[in-house]
Amino acid sequence: MGAGVSSSSSSAALAAPTSRFRVATGTRASFVTGALAVVVVVGLIVAPSFVSRGTLKELFFVLTLIALAQYWNLLAGYAGILSIGQQAYVGLGGYMLFALTAFAGFDPIVAIVVAGVIGGLVAIPAARLIFRLSGPYLGVGTWVLAEVFRLVFAQVKSLGGGTGASLPTSVTNDAWSVKWVAAAEGLRASAARDRLAYWLAVVVAVGTVALVYKVLRSRQGLALAAIRDNEAAASSIGVDQMRAKLWVYVVAGFGASLVGALMFFETARVSPDAAFSVIDFTAYVLFVVVIGGIGTIEGPIVGALVFYEMRNWLADFGPYYLMALGALAVATMLFFPSGLWGAFSERFGWRLFPVQRRLIVCERSGEP
Amino acid sequence: MILAVDTLLQGVLLGGLYALFAAGLSLIFGVMRVVNLAHGDMIVLAAFLIFAIAQAFGVGLGVALLIAIPAMFAIGYAVQFVLLNRVVGRDILPPLLVTFGLSIFTQNGLLAVFSADSRRLSAGGLESASIALAPGLAIGVVPLMTLAAAIVVIFGLNQIFYRTAMGRAFRAVSDDPAIAQLMGVDNRRVFATAMGLALAVGAVAAVFLGVRANFDPSIGPARLIFAFEAVIIGGLGSLWGTLAGGVLLGLAQTIGAEINPEWQLLAGHLVFLAVLVVRPRGLFARGVG
Repeated sequence: MGAGVSSSSSSAALAAPTSRFRVATGTRASFVTGALAVVVVVGLIVAPSFVSRGTLKELFFVLTLIALAQYWNLLAGYAGILSIGQQAYVGLGGYMLFALTAFAGFDPIVAIVVAGVIGGLVAIPAARLIFRLSGPYLGVGTWVLAEVFRLVFAQVKSLGGGTGASLPTSVTNDAWSVKWVAAAEGLRASAARDRLAYWLAVVVAVGTVALVYKVLRSRQGLALAAIRDNEAAASSIGVDQMRAKLWVYVVAGFGASLVGALMFFETARVSPDAAFSVIDFTAYVLFVVVIGGIGTIEGPIVGALVFYEMRNWLADFGPYYLMALGALAVATMLFFPSGLWGAFSERFGWRLFPVQRRLIVCERSGEP
Repeated sequence: MILAVDTLLQGVLLGGLYALFAAGLSLIFGVMRVVNLAHGDMIVLAAFLIFAIAQAFGVGLGVALLIAIPAMFAIGYAVQFVLLNRVVGRDILPPLLVTFGLSIFTQNGLLAVFSADSRRLSAGGLESASIALAPGLAIGVVPLMTLAAAIVVIFGLNQIFYRTAMGRAFRAVSDDPAIAQLMGVDNRRVFATAMGLALAVGAVAAVFLGVRANFDPSIGPARLIFAFEAVIIGGLGSLWGTLAGGVLLGLAQTIGAEINPEWQLLAGHLVFLAVLVVRPRGLFARGVG
C-alpha cells in the first residue's frame, strides 16, 4: 500500500492535468483499531488470571466462533463460494487431532497445526470436484462432501466408529504442553488444559483476523474484489477466477480444520454427529456472518458477540430460540443486507479493517 | 438372481420417492434459478399438516391430501410473494441465505408445535400390502404408488410447462425476466405461482414420505440432500432427467445397502460425485444452466 505511483503526460502540449497520487487503504479509524487491538489482545491474554473457568469456556466459544465466521465470510462474502459444508473441515480437524495425538504421539499444539495443514491439503482435490458445480449448486456440492466425510469417519472403527471416542488422558492431561502450563500456573491438569485451549483460541482468533486481513490486502484480495464487482470485467483484464477461488477455498479449509482440532481438544471427545454438525458449524456461523455483516472483517466479530448474547438470553427457550435466529437472519437479508456492521459503517463511515483501496491525490502539477 | 432383480426393483421404486421430492426443486430452479434450502422442511411441514388434518377431522389420507395441496400452494405463494421475491436477482447469495434461514425457522417451528416425537401416516393397511411377482419376489403397493405418482406429477408439470399459458410465462421468465416483464408478464406472480406449485407437489411427496417411514421435524435436510443430488444428476432444467436422477440414486443406495447396510447413504453420495466427475452438467442437461 501507499507506494507512490506517478502518472506523467508524455507530451507537455497536452493540457490534461496530471496528478501525483498514491493508493492507500488506511483510514484514521484503522489506526485507532490498531491501538485498540493491542489493548484487547493483551486483555485476552491476561484474562485467565482474573476471570472464572466458566467465563474462560465462554470466551473460548466466542473466539472460535469468530475464527470460523471469518473463514466462512472469506468464502461467501469475498469469493462468492456459498459453502454450507464447512463442517467437513471442522470435523476433519477434530478427527485428525485424535489420530495425530492418540496414534502418532504428537503434542496437541503440533497436532492442531498439522490438522489445519491437512485440512488445507484435502481442500485442493475437494475443490477440483465441487467447483464443477456452479452458482447455488456449488453450495449443495459442499454439503454432499461434508456428508461423505461424516459417513466415512463413522466407518473407521479405530476412531470410534459411529459413536465416537474420547481423547486418551495421555493427550488431554499428560501432554507436554498441558504439563508445562500446569507447572507454570500451578494448576491441576484439567484446568491447565482449559487454559491452554483458551490461549490457543486467542492466538487462533487473532491470527485468523490478521490472516484474513492480509489475504484481502494482497494481490489475491484485489483479484477477489474485482471478481465480486464484475466477473466478466475481472476476467478480461487477466484475473484468474478459478485460481483466486481455489486459493480462498484452501485457506478456508485450513482454517476450519485448525479451529475444529482446537475445539475438539477442548471438549476432548469426538463423534461423527458432533464433529460434522451442520447446525453448529454452518447454521450458527452463517447467521453470525449475516447478522454481523457479510463481506466485512468487522461483521463476523460483531455477529459473534450478538450471537453470544442472544444465546445467553434465549437458549432456555429451546426451539423458539432457533426460530428467532432464523427469522432474524431472514429479516437481516431482506432489510439490512449488509448486516449490523454494514449499516453502522454506512451511517458513520467507519472502517476498522479497511481493505478498500482509495486514490489519494497528493499534488497537482502540469495544470495550464 | 431373485435377489438381484429384487434389489434393482426396490432401487427404482425408491428413486420414485426422491424424484417426487426433487420435482418441486427442479421446477423452482428452472423458473427462477433459486435453490430452495427450505424445500425439505416444507415437505415435512406438509407431512405434519396432513397428519394434523387426518387426526383433527378423522378423515382418510386422500381427503387430507386434497386439503393439504391447496394449503401448501397458498403457503408457497405467500412465502415467495412476501419474502423471496425481494431477493431474487442476479446475486445468488441473498436467496440462498433467506431459504436457509427459513429452513431453520420451519424446522424449529415444527419442533415447538409437534415436539420431537416421530410420527407416521396411517394408510389403513395399505402400507403393508404387496404384489407378488414371482416366488420370493414381491413389490410393495405404496412404493409402486410412489413411483406412479412421481411419473404422473412430472408428466403433469411438463404439460403445464409446455402446453399452458402459465407454462409459457414460466419459460419466458426463465429465459429473460426483463423481456418477459416488457411483454406484460408479472414476474412476481409467476415466481409465486411456481413456488406454490412446487410446494403443492411437495404435499404429494409428503404423503408418501409419511406412509413409508417415520418422520419428525428434523428429517427435512437429510431428505433434501438426495433431492438435490437427483436434480443435479438428472441435469438442471430437465424434469424427466430429475426422475432418472432419482432412480439412479435409489439404485445406488439399494445396491450399496445390499453390499453393506452401513454403505447405503455413502453409495448414493459417491455415485453423485462420480457423475460430477464424468458429466458435471448432469445426464440430461438442456440449455445453459
